[in-house]
Amino acid sequence: MRDSFSLKTIGFLAAIFALVLVLPLVIPRFYTYTLALIYVMALLAMSLNLVVGHGGLFQFHHAAFYGVGAYTFALILTKTAMPFWIAFVAGPLAAGLTGCLIGGFCVRLTTLYFGMLQIALGSLIWAIVFRWYSLTGGDDGIHGIDMPSCISSTNASYYFILVIFTLCLIILYLILKSPFGITLRAIRDNPERCETVGINVNLHKLAAIVISTLFAGIAGVLFVVVERSVFPDLLFWILSLEVFIMCLLGGWFTFSGPILGAAIIVSLRTFVGTYTEYWTLILGVILILLIFFLPEGVMGFLAQKARPHERGLTAGEK
Amino acid sequence: MLGVEEIHTFYGLSHILFGVSLTVLRGEIVCLLGRNGAGKSTTMRSIMGLTPPRQGTIRFRGKDITGNKPYQIARMGIGYVPDDRRVFADLSVGENLELAQRTTGGLAVWDKDRVYSFFPALRRIDSRKAGFLSGGEQQMLTIGRALMTNPDFLLLDEPTEGLAPMIVKELEDRIGRLRAEGLTVLLAEQNQKVALRLSDKGYIIDNGLIRYHGSTEELTADEEARKKYLLV
Repeated sequence: MRDSFSLKTIGFLAAIFALVLVLPLVIPRFYTYTLALIYVMALLAMSLNLVVGHGGLFQFHHAAFYGVGAYTFALILTKTAMPFWIAFVAGPLAAGLTGCLIGGFCVRLTTLYFGMLQIALGSLIWAIVFRWYSLTGGDDGIHGIDMPSCISSTNASYYFILVIFTLCLIILYLILKSPFGITLRAIRDNPERCETVGINVNLHKLAAIVISTLFAGIAGVLFVVVERSVFPDLLFWILSLEVFIMCLLGGWFTFSGPILGAAIIVSLRTFVGTYTEYWTLILGVILILLIFFLPEGVMGFLAQKARPHERGLTAGEK
Repeated sequence: MLGVEEIHTFYGLSHILFGVSLTVLRGEIVCLLGRNGAGKSTTMRSIMGLTPPRQGTIRFRGKDITGNKPYQIARMGIGYVPDDRRVFADLSVGENLELAQRTTGGLAVWDKDRVYSFFPALRRIDSRKAGFLSGGEQQMLTIGRALMTNPDFLLLDEPTEGLAPMIVKELEDRIGRLRAEGLTVLLAEQNQKVALRLSDKGYIIDNGLIRYHGSTEELTADEEARKKYLLV
């Protein structure tokens, strides 16, 4: 990551921001909805990438935390009389707390074992949600959740999500630039060396997981704002896999890669999905091509193209 | 300052160190000589807590530190420079140093600026990614990183391995200066010449056993012992 923004980058970001602000005024409602969904998935992928790309942890069941955030939000709105904002805060908090609990067990293990334990514990949460009919509605989920009138229209919810998404991106960026972010990348590189310079590696890993699951919870809440419903698939492992693929596809060593990955996957599912049920077939082909030609993801490739003097050097280092 | 008493260290089932004992007094440079695979690095790793010994005790400033986590040991004031001089390749030189900054151990005297005055070559490349450095620069960075933790005791594992003679000379000079700064050093080396020039006393390790120990003068004089345990 570079230290300061060049004028060009600022201009580029401003142009994108202006574009996404104006878009809902001119495009059909369905596309506005799709864009909002992309932001939600992008935030989820970004939160995962904090631990996967920057922290080097195999967070294999990230969707569990996303689902916990979404369900907490939905349940508080439907089963209690508490105001909207409490539900909005409780969702991410519940996700973060779950992350802390599960993460606390997982950080004792490394690499694949970390991932396996997380899949096991995360699936446990899925099973509870799936079976507990009286509370969660089981397989049916909860539908038609009422949003406050100020964000109930498609455009209003779009802007609401855009604002939260942008805020989250800024916070994530600051976290990754901070000494904590640097430490995290050092841990990805070599945990043992980190210990020998006095870093409590497990504590840092746990902190990263809690931060990342908090943001996953926010994404979960935003999903409910777009979709107005929750269902057990939100915390199924297949979704976790999909989010993982978004990170890889976009470029997991870059900051904004996961956004691109999310955009690609959501668009594929939405638009190719209308032609064929087997859109995953196309995704599979894309993934194979990706592994062969763009091993650092789409964004990683673009970043390399943009800085030709560092090309080749990065590849030799890993 | 450091007392290693009868440690037995294993990698899984293989028994590597068979009751290694050594003592390092404050302000000394002590060298640990031995061939490849003799147990030098394992001794270092045992002290640092990376491969804790199954038996025996390690005392640092009179306190039993056996079984402590590496990060706790680092915070007590032991700096470790590993033999494969791994830097954090994705981070810049400056970030590598900042990451290690601790003020917990002893006097807080080492900061980035001081490390750069100590190794002027590093100052110019502050923002370069550490993965792109030469071997000598990486070694300086690893030592600098260990110094940033403000240790009073430094474990140097083969600092001159695989470096050009001119850089070896420079490092030798720097390590000598560290002693003048009041640091205590345990130096593992295959390069006898450098090690004997620098240290006050030496241990020779072979096949996981300490075979010989004595002052540098004794060691220099006893060619037979050096031949027996050090020549390949």
